[in-house]
Amino acid sequence: MSAHIKELTKGIFRENPTFIIMLGMCPTLAVTTQVINALSMGAGVLFVLFFSNVMISLLKNVIPDCVRIPCYVVIIASFVTVVEMIFHAFVPSVYNALGVYLPLIVVNCIILGRAEAFANKNSVLDSALDAIGMGTGFTLALTLIALIREASGNGTVTLLGIGDWNGVINIPIFSKWPVKVMSLAAGALLLMGYLKAFFIWKSSVSVKKEVKP
Amino acid sequence: MSYIAILITYVFITNFILVKFMGLCPFIGVSKNSESAIGMGLAVTFVAGTASVVCWCVYYGLLVPLKLEYLKTIAFILVIAALVQLVEMVIRKISPALYKALGIYLPLITTNCAVLGIAIINVENQYNLLESFTAGVSAGLGFTMAIILMSNIRERLELKPVRKYFQGVPIAFISAGIMALSFMAFDNSLLTNLNLA
Repeated sequence: MSAHIKELTKGIFRENPTFIIMLGMCPTLAVTTQVINALSMGAGVLFVLFFSNVMISLLKNVIPDCVRIPCYVVIIASFVTVVEMIFHAFVPSVYNALGVYLPLIVVNCIILGRAEAFANKNSVLDSALDAIGMGTGFTLALTLIALIREASGNGTVTLLGIGDWNGVINIPIFSKWPVKVMSLAAGALLLMGYLKAFFIWKSSVSVKKEVKP
Repeated sequence: MSYIAILITYVFITNFILVKFMGLCPFIGVSKNSESAIGMGLAVTFVAGTASVVCWCVYYGLLVPLKLEYLKTIAFILVIAALVQLVEMVIRKISPALYKALGIYLPLITTNCAVLGIAIINVENQYNLLESFTAGVSAGLGFTMAIILMSNIRERLELKPVRKYFQGVPIAFISAGIMALSFMAFDNSLLTNLNLA
C-alpha cells in the first residue's frame, strides 16, 4: 500500500514536474498572470494526464513499440480536444484567457514524458496514481507562481467569480504600488530562475540531512 | 497586415520565447553552446515555415469543408509529426551535410510548442496562405535569434563565478528574464511609428 502512496506523493514534492524535472515550461510561465488561469490550466493538464496515462497503460500491450509515440500523441490530442470543448462550454471566460495555450497541452512535455517514462511500463492503478500526483504537483506549482506574480504584480488574487462576488481579492499594499514587472513576461522568467535556485538549495539541504545520521 | 508587419511582429514584438514562452524547453536545454543553438534555431525555422503552409492547407482544404474545425488540434499535431519525419528523411537523402547539422534536433521539434503554436495562431488570426508562411518563418527566426543570444550569454556565464545554487538552469532563466525585459522596448507602437499597423 505504501508503494501506491509513494507513487501519488512523489509528483507533488520530490519529483515535482515544474520545479525539479523542469517539464512543460511554456504554459507554466504563460498562464500564470492570474490565479484562476493557473488553476484551470492545472485542472486541464490533470484531466488529460489522468485519462491518457490510464488509456496508455491499458493499451500498453496492444500498441506496437515502433509506432508508440504517434499513438500516444493521438490519445493525448483527443483528450485535449475534450478539455477544450468542456472549457469552451462551461467557463468561456477562462477559455478565452487561456487561448492558444489550451490546445498546446498536447505538446506539454509532462504528459508525453509520463506516458513514455511511466504509463507504458506500469499497471493501470500505479499510472493513475502517478498521473494524479504529477497533475497535482503541476497545479500547485502553477498556483504558487501565479499567486506570487499576481499578488505582487497587480495587487490582486483572481478566483472564479460566483454570484455577486466578482472573485477578485485585493492585496492591501501591492494594489496601491504594484511591482508591475512581475505581471509581465520578464517577471515570469526572473521569478522562475529564483524559484528554481530555491528548490536546488532546498533539495541539497534535504540530501545532507539524509546523509548525516 | 503587410508581410513586413508580420515579420516584425513575430520576431520582435511577440517573440515566441521571450514574450509567449513557446519552445522554452529547447531554449533552456539546447542553448549551452552556440553551434547547437544555431542548428536548433534553423531546424525550428524550417519546420515552422513548412508546417504553417501544410497546416493551412489541411485546415482550409479539409477541416473547414467537412465542418470538422474542432479536430484541428489532433489534425495539426499529426501533420507536424508526419512532416518532421518526412523532412528528416528528405534531408538525409538530399543533403547529408545538412542532416548532420540538423538531424538530432529534428525529432525534438515534434513536441516543440512553437511549431504547433504558430499553426494554431495562423488559423486564429485568419491569415491567408502566404501570410501564414511569413508568420511561420518569422516565428522561427525570432526563436533562432533568442536562442543564439541566449547561447552566447551562457557561454560567457561559463567563465564567470556564479553562486552555487544559481549555476546552470536558474541563472539561465534569470538571464532570459533580463533579456525579455530589454525586449519590452518593442511593442505595437513600433508598427504605428513605421506606418505598418
